[in-house]
Amino acid sequence: MEKTHYKQEINMTPELMARIEELCSHYPADKRKSALLPVLHDVQDAHDNWLSIELQDKVADILQILPIEVYEVVTFYTMYNRRPIGKYMFEFCQTSSCCLRGTEDLMDYTCEKLGVKIGEPTADGLFEVRGVECLGACGYAPMMQLGDFYKENLTKDKIDQIIDDCRDNKIILHDK
Amino acid sequence: MSKKILLDQINVPGIRTYEVYRKEGGYASVEKAIKAMTPDEVVEEVKKSGLRGRGGAGFPAGMKWSFIDKKSGKPRHLVCNADESEPGTFKDRYLMEFLPHLLIEGMITSSFALGANLSYIYIRGEYMWVYKILERAIAEAKAAGWLGKNILGSGYDLELHVHCGAGAYICGEETALIESLEGKRGNPRIKPPFPAVSGLWANPTVVNNVETIASVPWIVNNSGDDYAKIGVGRSTGTKLISASGHVKNPGVYEIELGLTVDEFMNSDEYLGGMYSDRPLKALIPGGSSVPILPADLIYKTTNGEDRLMTYESLSDGGFATGSMLGSGGFIVYDDTACIVRNTWNFSRFYHHESCGQCTPCREGTGWLEKVLWRIENGQGREEDIDLLWSIQSKIEGNTICPLGDAASWPVAAAIRHFREEFEYHIRFPEKIKNRNHFVAEPFSQVKHLVTKQTV
Repeated sequence: MEKTHYKQEINMTPELMARIEELCSHYPADKRKSALLPVLHDVQDAHDNWLSIELQDKVADILQILPIEVYEVVTFYTMYNRRPIGKYMFEFCQTSSCCLRGTEDLMDYTCEKLGVKIGEPTADGLFEVRGVECLGACGYAPMMQLGDFYKENLTKDKIDQIIDDCRDNKIILHDK
Repeated sequence: MSKKILLDQINVPGIRTYEVYRKEGGYASVEKAIKAMTPDEVVEEVKKSGLRGRGGAGFPAGMKWSFIDKKSGKPRHLVCNADESEPGTFKDRYLMEFLPHLLIEGMITSSFALGANLSYIYIRGEYMWVYKILERAIAEAKAAGWLGKNILGSGYDLELHVHCGAGAYICGEETALIESLEGKRGNPRIKPPFPAVSGLWANPTVVNNVETIASVPWIVNNSGDDYAKIGVGRSTGTKLISASGHVKNPGVYEIELGLTVDEFMNSDEYLGGMYSDRPLKALIPGGSSVPILPADLIYKTTNGEDRLMTYESLSDGGFATGSMLGSGGFIVYDDTACIVRNTWNFSRFYHHESCGQCTPCREGTGWLEKVLWRIENGQGREEDIDLLWSIQSKIEGNTICPLGDAASWPVAAAIRHFREEFEYHIRFPEKIKNRNHFVAEPFSQVKHLVTKQTV
């Protein structure tokens, strides 16, 4: 049976709380719930890129909404992770235009090189490979998303270089 | 060379910054609209321009604006739909990434026309670096006095924010986008009421695509009549086309509507022909949801006229012989592309992206994906093609939002134009087993084998 509950240390720093209040100020005072999606992005980024149930409850508390209102959003949108994931998540676009330019071969190559199957992190927790639907980079195919950024016009050599850069800690995941 | 009204400044160094954009004449439309025009006059110019929504549906933008409820006394909102997620479409990202102030200028001028004091740009969550670019540009525009209280001393106030989604194609549908902006799942709403009457937080709201809003500054600066002179018939102005697949020069192009498909496909100014110099097999002109066209219907209509890059010419003959301009997501296939695998790929996409609210879409897209997968894997049954046809026909027109149609049309068109390829997969499973993913036998050979066996 798939594990559904993972422990996570919650660390709502003053900087993160200030950012949440800034996001809430973008909407009328009685519409704090509207900030939910952007808030979840920032909270997830600050917590190793995933959201435990406890963390979702914390967000509900801050936005003054019910926990179920957070759960139903987190389970609907694909960018929220409900379990720990590889630090470097290679999200390959697997929609038509990318496939026409060889995404499927590149995904096979990457999985083989990292010794993983799609959706399973490496033993050291550093990498994970995932296929996602259209990322809007069809003219620069094949491509993948890594953190906040796109890696486009990929080749096997470029994949090798990206993996090396990740291992050498040279990759920036978030634009802050 | 086509006239450029959106991308004419794209190569100006530093155009992404406020300083350079302003120096190049940016924000002139805001100045003109607020100082010299009434909101209704701005709406009138947009109506005269004939500008049609560039998100895919092609509904006249000025008419959409004129539906907004001004009598209710409720706050009004303009929401920019930057949730670009249609496979094959990547034009809005290009515009926002390199010309963020053009979009912001369009948002201010359009918000003024609609009487909106609180507006949003809803951008897909995956475009996070573009989100940051827009956030910085909005801060620059605000610091320069183009946003906030009493803009240009006119008494007009506008707050503009960028809001990010989190990975859901359905949020490109305007009512699903509004639900998402309210912090909920992106479930489309039943219309009516339309957003112009009851939209964001039940307030009158207009939702327009990025490209549509970015066209407004030019229209206000130059007049709607001048805009209407560009293009052909009811397809006025220019259009961003994003090209991908088997072409030499994929990318984003601004074309005058009315250019021939042949020139766009084959001239060096645009796509430069097939990248492998292999024969053209098929083309999708407007994003994954519009019908695919086989090679013999691409350059000429059934009347033998040149097929043009216009809303009307691309749909000539309905779905039997035409397609749609849609979002301008131009996907090109050479003769190595497997149409069955491509159709399955799209069906998987729509199944994944269905919000699950309507049964025909939630269940039907899954059925399409499963049946297509077994055909693609050499386990298809003789009756499967008719089964696919039956399923897609029961989804089309039977859902709250157009995602059902979008899931249905690619399957119908693929069967309509490439039935022999489906039959080939079913009758010759051994021939498709060890090939490489998307790679197919040349269609002429497939047709020959299927026909020979049938005879």
